[in-house]
Amino acid sequence: MITVELFKLVRRPRTWLSIAMICALPLVVAIFIAVTHLEPPPGSGSAFLSAVINQGQLYPAAALALVLPVFLPVAVAVVAGDSIAGEATSGTLRYLLARPVGRTRLLVAKLVSVSAFTALAVVAVTVTSYATGVLILGPSRAAAVGAVPGGVSGSITSAGGSPTAGLQAGAAITSLSGAPLTYLELVERVLGAMAFITVSMLGVAAIAIFLSTISDSPLGAALGTLAVLVASEVLVTLNAASAVQPYLPTRYWLAWIDFFRQPIFWRDIQHGFAIQAVYVVVFLGAAWANFATKDITT
Amino acid sequence: MITTENLTKRFGRVQAVRAVGLDVREGDRYGLLGPNGSGKSTLVRMLLGLVYATSGSITVLGESIPRHVGRVLPEIGALIEEPAAYPHLSGRANLRLLDAAGPHGSRRSRRRRVDDALEQVGLAGVDRRPVRAYSLGMRQRLGLAAALVRRPRLLILDEPTNGLDPRGIRDMRDLLTGLNAEGVTIFLSSHLLPEVSALCTRIGVLDTGALVLQDQLAALQQPTGRVLVSTDDPERAVAALDGLVERRDGADLVVRSPDPAQLNARLVAAGVPVRSLLEQRRTLEDIVLEVTGAGADQFGVPGPGNGDGSSDGGGDTDGASSRGDP
Repeated sequence: MITVELFKLVRRPRTWLSIAMICALPLVVAIFIAVTHLEPPPGSGSAFLSAVINQGQLYPAAALALVLPVFLPVAVAVVAGDSIAGEATSGTLRYLLARPVGRTRLLVAKLVSVSAFTALAVVAVTVTSYATGVLILGPSRAAAVGAVPGGVSGSITSAGGSPTAGLQAGAAITSLSGAPLTYLELVERVLGAMAFITVSMLGVAAIAIFLSTISDSPLGAALGTLAVLVASEVLVTLNAASAVQPYLPTRYWLAWIDFFRQPIFWRDIQHGFAIQAVYVVVFLGAAWANFATKDITT
Repeated sequence: MITTENLTKRFGRVQAVRAVGLDVREGDRYGLLGPNGSGKSTLVRMLLGLVYATSGSITVLGESIPRHVGRVLPEIGALIEEPAAYPHLSGRANLRLLDAAGPHGSRRSRRRRVDDALEQVGLAGVDRRPVRAYSLGMRQRLGLAAALVRRPRLLILDEPTNGLDPRGIRDMRDLLTGLNAEGVTIFLSSHLLPEVSALCTRIGVLDTGALVLQDQLAALQQPTGRVLVSTDDPERAVAALDGLVERRDGADLVVRSPDPAQLNARLVAAGVPVRSLLEQRRTLEDIVLEVTGAGADQFGVPGPGNGDGSSDGGGDTDGASSRGDP
């Protein structure tokens, strides 16, 4: 059944359209920066943007930071919200179940398919933005190297580089903490960040799949999921809600930035993985409890 | 093949199916009749494990439903209300995909089975087109092909002729009759009486969720003891039969007589030129309307003037007496 779901995912025009849109945003941003040479001041704008502006190879990290807050979760919520409700609306759900496809098996296959979509989107963003970074922003401008003062750990503002020329292009890439990264380290850390972001979306996917089993409207399930995420984002920044903050689905979304510190700051990354696991278990469980006993009348 | 006992389904306060005891036997061409909203679809969905019964039991192919639904469904082909397919994929891709979903769709024989199913329903030429471009009738054929891909022992078809043109209905009937001759049991639901009358050997009638009638069609269509006589000399016939003529409509007479052969002999002896002589049987319409109390408008009964005599099978007289009843 998983193969079938993946086949459906790959053959669906929507998959590629949404991934193309997600990849287009960093491209547009890079073009604007390359044309105007206006860099966002350190500490403002999206994470990484000011830090990596002179290091084309690090642009994938900036691109991930650009798509993470809105584009990616929206796409995941739409795809996952469609998973059961979409099949119910089109009538294909009853034919799948009468084949028979076990209901539990179908839910798991849907989660795998949504995860594959997320991973595909993250990989696509990384690859296209790497090309964008190298071609448009250019490795030749990589200059902000180890000489950057500061390197205050725990702050992403520390890596704003002054274009002090000196080292050869691409010879070294600065971590957010100011220490240089070898190329191999960079690749490892980008891979780590990609994995973390993909896993971060599992919670979103599980919530959307749960809502998708309740509602017969794919749109309703997607919007419901987004409402949950927006609420979570609001609470994350609200001091009064500090008691619940560690359990919010979006609380550790940005922890992947810690992959770009030297050394890697693991605590939030681990919390992020753990909280996503909890969300997947709870909401997939709820989806299963609801779906397994549901009358399929559509 | 299908047995239900006291099968009941409640949706909130609405009782959709009430204490139904279906009995579909191996080799049957079973037609479940009922007006729209009588619970046919709910009943079909319960047989397939899509809707859970409130009470009562279901046995299909010897296994209890929904407990062993996974064992039974691979041997069943189903069409559940409208057909459904992924519109951006071709008809063939849809069949392959559906066959790959769930157990028992052997990959090695898949191409052959898909080819056969497309051939059977007459879609072989257009199988590469996306389903988006299919007409309603083609989608219905594709839905039937999907039901046939696994070469089922039992077909459960909900309103199988929906959206088909007369040619398509005829093709469907021929296909189902042929499959039945090869040993496939057919259970279909319909609100179209002519369709069921032409195809089925056994019927059940559902009325507001309850099964009000279930029997062999042949047994239900007993002769009514009346014979429809058509003659060039009705005056002489009326005189010769003396009081046995119940109704006269031009050259056609409805005559009370248990034995057509005897009647014929009597007419010939009296020198009446008999053009045709037909033993009158109850039509399916009479039978159904008698037990349901449903208005004829709730069924797909052909109205006067467009009566499709050919689809009424051989047993019906299609006589004037069968219409116009209150």
